[in-house]
Order: sequence, then C-alpha cells, then structure tokens
Amino acid sequence: MEWKRFGFIAFIIVALFSIVVLIGQARDPIPTIIISMAATTISVATPLTLGALSGVFSERAGVVNIGIEGMMLTSAFFGWFGAIYFNTILKFEAMPSLILGVVIAVLAGALMGLLHAALSITFKVDQVIGGTVINILAIGITGFFNRQLFFEKNSIFGGNVPHAPGTLPSVGQVPFLANVPILSNLQPIAILAIVLVFISTFVLFRTRWGLRTRAVGEHPRAADTVGINVSFMRYVNVIISGCLAGLAGAYFTLESVPSFEPLMTNGRGFISLAAMIFGNWTPLGAWAASLVFGAAQALQINLQFYRELIPPSLSLLQYPYIVGLTPYILTMLILTGIIGRTVSPAADGQPYEK
Amino acid sequence: MAEKEKTSSSQPRISGWLRSGLNTMLVPALAVLTAMIVGGIVIALAGGNPFAAYAGLIEGSFGSLNAISETTVWATPYIFAGLAVAFGFKGGLFNIGAEGQLAFGAVMAALVGYGLPLMGVDLPAVVFVPLTVVAGIIAGGIWAAIPGWLKAKFGGHEVINTIMMNYIALNITSYLLNGPMKDNNPLNVVARTPLIAESARISTVFPDYRFHWGFILALLVAVLIWFILWKTTLGFEIRTVGTNPDAARYAGVNVSNIIIITMVISGALAGMAGSIEVTALNYRHELGFAVGYGFDAIAIALLGKNHPAGVVLASLLFGAMRNGATRMQFNTQIPVDIISIIQALILLFVAADAIVRYIYHIRIQQDRLVLTRGWGG
Repeated sequence: MEWKRFGFIAFIIVALFSIVVLIGQARDPIPTIIISMAATTISVATPLTLGALSGVFSERAGVVNIGIEGMMLTSAFFGWFGAIYFNTILKFEAMPSLILGVVIAVLAGALMGLLHAALSITFKVDQVIGGTVINILAIGITGFFNRQLFFEKNSIFGGNVPHAPGTLPSVGQVPFLANVPILSNLQPIAILAIVLVFISTFVLFRTRWGLRTRAVGEHPRAADTVGINVSFMRYVNVIISGCLAGLAGAYFTLESVPSFEPLMTNGRGFISLAAMIFGNWTPLGAWAASLVFGAAQALQINLQFYRELIPPSLSLLQYPYIVGLTPYILTMLILTGIIGRTVSPAADGQPYEK
Repeated sequence: MAEKEKTSSSQPRISGWLRSGLNTMLVPALAVLTAMIVGGIVIALAGGNPFAAYAGLIEGSFGSLNAISETTVWATPYIFAGLAVAFGFKGGLFNIGAEGQLAFGAVMAALVGYGLPLMGVDLPAVVFVPLTVVAGIIAGGIWAAIPGWLKAKFGGHEVINTIMMNYIALNITSYLLNGPMKDNNPLNVVARTPLIAESARISTVFPDYRFHWGFILALLVAVLIWFILWKTTLGFEIRTVGTNPDAARYAGVNVSNIIIITMVISGALAGMAGSIEVTALNYRHELGFAVGYGFDAIAIALLGKNHPAGVVLASLLFGAMRNGATRMQFNTQIPVDIISIIQALILLFVAADAIVRYIYHIRIQQDRLVLTRGWGG
C-alpha cells in the first residue's frame, strides 16, 4: 500500500482518538483514554477484519461475495444456538460450550459459502444477486429459527430463552498476559483475527495455493491452460471465505454480547467489503482499513462514557445516532476513490465458461 | 430458430403476445411452486403441518372481501418499491437502498403532513395531499441521487453506497423520531411522528375496508413507468446504458447523466412507497416500519422480470403472503418468519433459473437478464 493511503488511515485514526482525548481528559489521564480507545478499536474491528479477509479470499479467486453480511448473521445465530444447546441440554461447562459454539458458527459459515459457491460457480448466477439471495435467506432463517426454537412453547427450550454460557473471556485471565496493556483486554477471536491477517498474507502471496488462487481470479483461462482446476480452486476459496465470515459471526454472539438479536450484524458485512476494496484486496491493507472503521465505532462507544463532558457547542456529539453515522459516511468517502483508486482482480465477478 | 420465427409471424399478434407472456411467466411460476414445496418441507421439519399452514395462508389472503382488501393494502408499497428496484436494473444499476429511500420519503411526508398545520398553513386536501406525497417522492429521489452521483462521478459502487445510505437513513430517522419529530402525546412511548392532518390523507375507496386509492395510484404509476421505459427517448437511453454502457457512450448518450437520472427516478419511486404508506394507511411514520422492504423489493423486481406488469403480479403475491401469514400463525402457530424463508427461496430459484429448468426439464431459452457487473462499474 502506498504512503498516501497509510497516511490517510493514520490521519483518520489520530483524529478520531483526539476527539475522545480532548473531551475525556477533564476526567481521566490521557494514556488511560488512549489505551481504552485502542482496545475498543481492535475489538470492534474484529468482525470487519474477518469479513474483509473473507472477501479477500473469495474475490482473489474471482467470486464477488456480497453475502458476507448474511453469512455472519447465520453464523452468529447458529454459533449462539450451539453454545446454548451444549450448555443447557447436554450440560457441558461454559468454556467448552463456547468453543463448540465457535466451531458451529464456522461450519454454518462454510455451508453458506458452499451455497454461494454452488450458485455462482456451478449455476453461474449473477454473483451480486447470489450474494443478495444469501443475505435475504439469512434474515429469514435466523428470524424463523430464533422464534421457533426460543419463543415457541413446544420447542426444546420450552418457550423461554435459556441462560447463555456468557462470552469468551479476555486473555488477561492468562497469568503472564494479565499486565500487558491493550492485549490483556482482548478476547480470543480478536487476537485470532490478527493472527489470521498474517497467515492469510503468507498463504496468498508465499504459497503455491495462493499463487493458484490469484491466477484463477486474474486470468482463469490461462490458469486452466496450465492445468489448474478453476472450479475447484474457486469452490474451496469461497468456502474458506464462508468460514472466515462464520468466525466473524461468532464474534457477535459468543465474544461481544451473550445474546442474539435479529439483524444484529447491522451492515458490518458490507462495511468489511469497503475495507477490502480500500485495502486493495490484500489482507494487511484490509486490516488497516478495518481499524479505521473500528476507531469510528470506538468513538461512538467511548463518547458515551464522557457524555456529560461534551461542550454545548458540540452538542451533536451527544447523540449516539449522529456519531453512529461516522463509519457509514467514511465508507462512502473511501469508495469515491479520492484517496487513491484500487484495482479489483481482473476476473472478479465473471463466471468461467470452459 | 428459423422455424420458431415462421410460426410466430404467421400467427395473430395477440396470440403471439399471449404465448410469449406465458413463456415468460413459466419459470417464475415454477420458481414460486418450488419455493413453496421447499418451504413446506421446512415447516414439516419444524414440526408443523405444511398443508394446514398453506390453507391458513390462502384463507388469510383471499378468503374474504376484507382479506382481499388487506392483500392490496400490503401490495401497495411493494409495487412502488419493486418498480424502484426494477427501474434501476433496467439502467444497469442495483439499488439495494429502497429501504432507506422509503424511510426517508416517509419521514419527509410525515413532516409536511403534520408540520404545515402547526406552522399555521391551512391547505385544502386537493393541494395538501399531492404536496405531502411529492415531499416523499423528492426525499426518496435525493436519497438515491447521492449514490447515483457518486457512481457517475467517481465510480463508487452503488451496491455498497445504497446500503450505507440505508444505515444513514436509519440513524437519522432514529434521531428524528426519538427527538425533534417525536409524537409528544403523553401516552406515547414509541419512536413515531404525530398524526398528519386530516386534509393530508388519501381516503379509502369503500367504507369499512382499508383498500385505498394509493393502490390505484400504484397501478397507474406502473403504467407510467412502462411508458417511460419503452415509449420515450429517455427510456430507450436508460435501457441502452443498462445493457451496454460502452455502446451507449459511443452512440452519444451522456452515460453519467443517465445513471443519475435512473437513480433519482428509482429513489423517487421508493420514496413514493413511503409517502403513500404515510398518507393512505398509517397517517404517521413509525420507526422500524420500513425494515425489510428493500430486500423484498429486490425479490419482487427479479420475480417480475423487471417488467412493470410482472412487478404488479409479484407484489400481489408477496402482499398476499405477508397478509395471509398472520392467519397462518394464528391457525397453526408457525412463525410468520417462514414467509421470509419462502421469499428468499423464490428469489433463489428465480435467480438460479438453471435449477428450475433442470428440475422441470424446460428447454425454452430466454435472453439472460443482464443485472450487474462486478466492482468495475
């Protein structure tokens, strides 16, 4: 990524942090505020980072995936349901239930990925429409099963929402990590997301698999000619994309809050696509862009702590709905390309006809 | 191929139309049927009786005069929003933002409808009703013009931008309906506007039924959209940009302008869905009312093959399902959310028509719908 883009990202993050520091310094020491903002930023950027990685894998292989939002929502629900099922019905301890919940979320994501792969690769459906089908299907499935499993009298939980096994604990509970600032506040999926950024970079740019993936996304015919199985490469990468979106979904119900709300992903899947585009379809760039959106969301969360310290001249900042506009406006701004255009993989969105 | 042309030219035109119409409807009809069958399996898996469920659905949507009236009430916003998405598709634009445009249109219509009397402006219904409706149309048009302009000027992809505009609309409406525009009635705890003035309301057609003139208006607008798309130069240019922007540019069409105009008309239609709901049905805007219309509208546009007549038929079907779902839930305790699954499956089978063609061994080929093209813009 060139300096202009990194400069922009740094500038926005510094600006967002400064607003909170300027308002909050009357009550808390500045380092405390910065550490709190940094931890919130990394934490709320988690689903965006994973969503953007999900997009990178799918689109590097030539399949546009706007169904990430729906994949996240489905996984958030089934991961949550799985954790509760193991905890309440099968009487597992909280921690194993949560870990199995994450596994189920990833599997649910993989299934949605498989559906998207079948639609766009086998049936050659317009990929944006295929993604939309997944988004709508996700709303229907999660809404239906949420009502059917938790609010119907004859369901396995007898009509009331059982007590959830909580959320994944922060790594500060591990003794030798307890005193590391920022890190000690983070929870497992947030840390896993960062690790996956580096693993993805390695896989995509340093392995034969990555080279083949990119070949299939840039010039499928050439890849086919040298004996790469285009359909197989695309299928596997779209399923990997689904798994990553599934992990992002697990963040919502197993790490962030111990509950499920209909439509709770709230556009994060779409924002991660903007992060992926701004990050030029690279894992590191996508992560940096996700942090910008994370900082914008952290601004909203942290300003709530200092609500009464906001000066009257900035009274609009008191309204969470108004501050909450920042990530969405940033997304649109970034997509204009005024901070520099990016180039999508050449065969992105095109079905391959032999 | 040659044989087919010969038979169609030797037959009277009306019969040719009828045949091509039936052929066009074949795959969507089978898609609906397949979706209902799969939906029935889901109901059975969830422990319900699919036959009782569908019987309840039909009873609730067409079982009485009142049920039919309610179906048209449900279908009205679907027609406007479905036309909005279909119009965008015709111009090669995927407007996922109908929900935000609808919400913003509804808020502005409500603001005009209750705000003007508060300011002491007293207008007769002949002026006040159109003014309120137009406020929503303009608001929806502006809301869609922004992503349209961003697309035409910078190539920012409308799929993401219209979705972002949805969330911006949701946040702004939440702010307005919880704050400056909140109904101050002491009994009110909900985020909603005050009622609009009597003289800003569209009346029902018959007493005792909620069937209102907004539905008739929706049908007229569908005809108007058909006229614009197929009988005017503008419509020709829009369709050309939709099928091949390069060819359109080569032929001297100002593609950027057409993109913005297409988005504005599309947004105006979605905004009209909002203002008609405010003026003819709810007489106010309430938070959360607009949720889901954007995605439903996409399914309706695709099911209706992006043709106004198809959109009207698909809207009636979706309206009937939404309306009948309440009776179905009452009769069989199956959550109304099953309708969302069936609608998603309909969209799935319409989009992936290869599946339907394979299942039912259909060989009649049709032109592929050109809908979107990657991120390139």
